[in-house]
Amino acid sequence: MILQYDVVIVGAGGAGLRAALEVPEDMRCAVVTKLFPTRSHTSAAQGGVCAALGNEEDDKWEWHMFDTVKGSDYLGDQNAIEILTHDAAQTIYELEHMGMPFSRNKNGRIAQRRFGGHTRNFGEAAVQRACYAADRTGHIMLHTLYENCVKKGVEFFSEFFLLDLVMKDEVCCGIVAYDILTREIYTFHAKCVMFATGGAGRVFRITSNAHGLVGDGIAVSYKNGIPIEDHEFVQFHPTGLFKLGILVSEAARGEGGILRNKNGERFMERYAPTIKDLAPRDVVSRCIYTEFKEGRGIMGDDGTEYVNLDLTHLGKKVIDEKLPDVTGFARTYLGVEPITEPIPIQPTTHYIMGGVPTDINGQVLKDHKGKTVTGFFAAGECACVSVHGANRLGTNSLLDIIVFGKRAGKTMADYVRQAAFVDLPADADKPARERIDKLIAANGKESIGVLRETLQNEMMDKCSVFRTEKQMAAVRETVRELKERNKNIRLDDRGKVFNTDLIDAIELDYLLDNAEIIVEGALARKESRGAHYREDFPKRDDAKFLKHTFAYKTDKGVRLEYKPVNITRFEPKERKY
Amino acid sequence: MNVTFKIQRFNPEVDKAPHYKEYKLDVPGTVRILDALHEIKWKQDGTLTFRRACAHGVCGSDAMLINGKNQLACQTLVQDLKTDHITVEPMKKYKIIKDLVVDMTSFFDNLNRIKPYFVADGPPPARERLQNNEDREVIEEATKCIMCGACTSSCPSFWADPKFLGPAALLKAFRFVFDTRDAAADERLDIINDSHGVWRCHTIFNCVEACPKEINITDALSHLKRRLVTRKL
Repeated sequence: MILQYDVVIVGAGGAGLRAALEVPEDMRCAVVTKLFPTRSHTSAAQGGVCAALGNEEDDKWEWHMFDTVKGSDYLGDQNAIEILTHDAAQTIYELEHMGMPFSRNKNGRIAQRRFGGHTRNFGEAAVQRACYAADRTGHIMLHTLYENCVKKGVEFFSEFFLLDLVMKDEVCCGIVAYDILTREIYTFHAKCVMFATGGAGRVFRITSNAHGLVGDGIAVSYKNGIPIEDHEFVQFHPTGLFKLGILVSEAARGEGGILRNKNGERFMERYAPTIKDLAPRDVVSRCIYTEFKEGRGIMGDDGTEYVNLDLTHLGKKVIDEKLPDVTGFARTYLGVEPITEPIPIQPTTHYIMGGVPTDINGQVLKDHKGKTVTGFFAAGECACVSVHGANRLGTNSLLDIIVFGKRAGKTMADYVRQAAFVDLPADADKPARERIDKLIAANGKESIGVLRETLQNEMMDKCSVFRTEKQMAAVRETVRELKERNKNIRLDDRGKVFNTDLIDAIELDYLLDNAEIIVEGALARKESRGAHYREDFPKRDDAKFLKHTFAYKTDKGVRLEYKPVNITRFEPKERKY
Repeated sequence: MNVTFKIQRFNPEVDKAPHYKEYKLDVPGTVRILDALHEIKWKQDGTLTFRRACAHGVCGSDAMLINGKNQLACQTLVQDLKTDHITVEPMKKYKIIKDLVVDMTSFFDNLNRIKPYFVADGPPPARERLQNNEDREVIEEATKCIMCGACTSSCPSFWADPKFLGPAALLKAFRFVFDTRDAAADERLDIINDSHGVWRCHTIFNCVEACPKEINITDALSHLKRRLVTRKL
């Protein structure tokens, strides 16, 4: 079936919904999403969204800009970071005007708290910059955006699964997706398409990410000749619940929580004397792994290690009012009472800084020289604009989705006004149709679950917080081998209705593409920067690697090119906290 | 521990009626029911079908009937159930699509009936609207709702009256009616002020028991009733 819309947005998390709200009423806009919108992973963001509102103490957006640049280990593009931090306040006020119920301070203004890497006066001390709604800021934001979409009458295609991008003469003119309920294939013919499909945390075993975060939009772009930028930069959040990886917000440390090793020592004092436990995530995760290596981790019953997150000194009132959800997770899943006991934590795969490259208006880049793809946009975690560079600061993901989601929506609306529909190519859905038919008939020997688990274990063990040439070369081989074995999988479910076996199969394919891009970028980047830490190249190397990776798909595998970083206000300096 | 999972299965392309199938697993008591379902799906039977996303109780995808009680599969541990026989069924009173997946169209339609969005009383100020934290606290609990459907599916009033708005939609009405910044309280009160609205709630408290976010829904509904009564006076 073919449907026609001016704008088709894939993904109904914060970026997709914020963009949809910018499309004027006289344009036809469809949001296509594999989950019901409020199931999107924006709902899992906890601690806050930063903007220099100055509601609690003096703050300036320039300080926020500096922190973000420094946090990115100087890989973030400063023109984009300037927009992110400058527009932050206005974008937060807009959310409040849409009804978002933020927590309030004693003056009735939006309450703000401290967060990792956010400082006053260019690194002097931690600043209260994160606007929050208890410790479920993302949930509240997602619901607010969804409610406003309902008010506006946005058309949703929920539980539709993305299969392909439709390009004609290098112009994007639609997508192919299928209805999970019936397996019917739809071609959405559009003047412009936006991907807001989220991250790819499920490439790794331990992750805070939802099951669906397999990098679908990234893989579909890559398969269609779009390069993927900086994919080797994967953020490992220091405080995931031990063994489960469920996120315990940085807000826990923002409110005063302390990390302790097996001797009860506040070890972050040694590594980051100025901001201690509130150092950025890449730094803290590495410190935790270093504690493990040097024998100061705490041994779990399964032979893996953890350290403790101690909130016991905060008292019941602060914990119940400011951190109710995350402490609830500790009770539910680990049987730990955070008011009286420390919470066992370990680093967890949390966020991918890389993704589909875009310009500052959300338009997708065709190459590393800066040419754009007509009619194709992206924002949020699946995109790379790049505001997070080599390491994202906490709260900047929620800010990214609303600032750049809005910009993409606005740019699409302007584009639609002057653009005509480009005719669909003949058989636009043919590759997707053939792919589904082949999968449905797949009767090989390999189990989808086993292949996925092998990938996730390899990536976690050999390509996560610490990386080496030797280990990653092994992962490269594993990924190649898994790609071969993936051709020989077996489906148990051949039905049409709600076939989640089929979804698992397609998602495995997307995961393998994402893993391939991550590993190749990481092998080639022979330096340590932000979240990418090479034990064999422990120093940052600006002379050789102050540049963005662009990974292209070729018949022979990944081809890498590089693009210079945009530097405006802040020259790269050594990063100390 | 060795656990027997008895799971209700229904494939509309083959089956005339739902039936049960048993699976045996050896899993630690600390795993989530969702982990166990994955273990079955990925290691034993790829046809087993259920919804899930975040796997830690914030997205609302995987409410189902576990040992007779609506719960989130990702928030319930095997050891919580204190038995080695676990029965998993789809939530009641929604049409079954396949296995544990139900059709929640009516649930979302009901939510949409109460104007589930913020209505401002004029152009916004340059910065944020002011709101006391005490006023905001009133709606705090209601904003926890993840729209999983567990409450509505467990409500006897909903079983008796499919036109009943249901606890989730009424809780959403409460969230806006009691938001000091919102200007459409009267319109929403008019919508819920009939026999398929808030008066269909007979304070049975099943919704409170079912709510995985421990929201006191019945209490919120009582506040709506009180507001309606005082409004009439």
